[in-house]
Amino acid sequence: MNATAESIRLNFTPTLQYVLRIGDTCLIHAQRLAEWCGHGPALEEDIALTNMALDLLGQARALLAHAAQLEGQGFDEDQLAFLRDEREYFNLTLVELPMRRSSAHSPGGDFADTVLRNFLLASWLKALWTQLSASTDSELAGIAGKAVKEARYHQQHAGDWVVRLGDGTAESAGRMRTALERAAPYTAECFLRDGIDSAAQASGLGPARDSLQAVWTSEVNAVLARAQLSWPGATPFVSTGTLGCHSEHMGFILAEMQSLQRQHPGGRW
Amino acid sequence: MAVDAASRNAAAWAALARVPDPEVPALSVVDLGIVREVLTEASGTHVVLTPTYSGCPATEVISASVRDALEQAGLGPVTISRRLAPAWTTDWISAEGRQRLLAYGIAPPGATCGDASPVRLRPRNVACPRCGSAQTERLSAFGSTACKALHRCLDCREPFEYFKPL
Repeated sequence: MNATAESIRLNFTPTLQYVLRIGDTCLIHAQRLAEWCGHGPALEEDIALTNMALDLLGQARALLAHAAQLEGQGFDEDQLAFLRDEREYFNLTLVELPMRRSSAHSPGGDFADTVLRNFLLASWLKALWTQLSASTDSELAGIAGKAVKEARYHQQHAGDWVVRLGDGTAESAGRMRTALERAAPYTAECFLRDGIDSAAQASGLGPARDSLQAVWTSEVNAVLARAQLSWPGATPFVSTGTLGCHSEHMGFILAEMQSLQRQHPGGRW
Repeated sequence: MAVDAASRNAAAWAALARVPDPEVPALSVVDLGIVREVLTEASGTHVVLTPTYSGCPATEVISASVRDALEQAGLGPVTISRRLAPAWTTDWISAEGRQRLLAYGIAPPGATCGDASPVRLRPRNVACPRCGSAQTERLSAFGSTACKALHRCLDCREPFEYFKPL
């Protein structure tokens, strides 16, 4: 029996945490999308969801590799992805929420949640990558310059589905409305500004989240209007994944994601 | 000597032109436009590659194949570095590469458009690589690899892959 891997301990700085917020959002979103592998409602969509997961995982890998370099203790992207404790992940809470119905660890999710989440996230990431491609950190700018093209395609694909289901049958429209009500409260976190955002904006590292809201809102509303959907009223709820305080779903995601590297440290194939 | 340096460089490019993309073997890595720079010196060769898609699983195989090809051509030791910016675009696929894609049965990518609206206009006029008809439709936005979508010809009825413009 192999020894299990210990958690790594990172030396956090605002810059590192800024990069981890983006990298972890891509990583956990990719992990959730990968749950659809082999379960898509049609072969084309199974392939689409996993292809998007692959793009996001590639983006996460590049960002975590860069984060590891910034951190400076010599860790690599795999250690950052698989050997941190829950409180040291800084993704948006939105990407943790269940996406699929009938998955043991994610009751309540639906294909409508998947479609909507992909659209909201791709729109957010596209706005982020667009601004981040002007980062004073040339590696971040390079990663963003590639990723923006991928996010654009994801946004178009997911937007098609939002329109198809929202402007579809009574059943599909109802499920899209439910998905929208579930997701909407978690989008407040996408547009907060805290000290890490302000420091990044001031140094030219990247945009503060609140600066993404105008373009996101206009693009999201344009698609929702075509889909005959409207944004639910605002709620006072604010999620805290970007501070390391996660929903009850995060532990299950990490348990599945990390189990192999925890049991077989450094395992490769 | 300058002539030697030039011929070493030409030999390196010629060797790279024989390295196939592992997922679209009709194309070489040079056709694909991912070889950004080749520096040859008597002491070895340095190659600058750019990735296609962020999550492309072929990236590591490509680096290994590039290394092998140059070492076999006697141009080693080989060092490889990655350059992200400017980001790869399908506009960098060579004219020869586009012909090879077509002959292989994959519709070459159309021109890339800068910013796109979140409401998609479906790509039109993707000509069928088999019969040339422009009467085609898209079956799937994503395909067997990150870089392709699946289309179908409405005239000859054959399905075909389309290299997505990026």
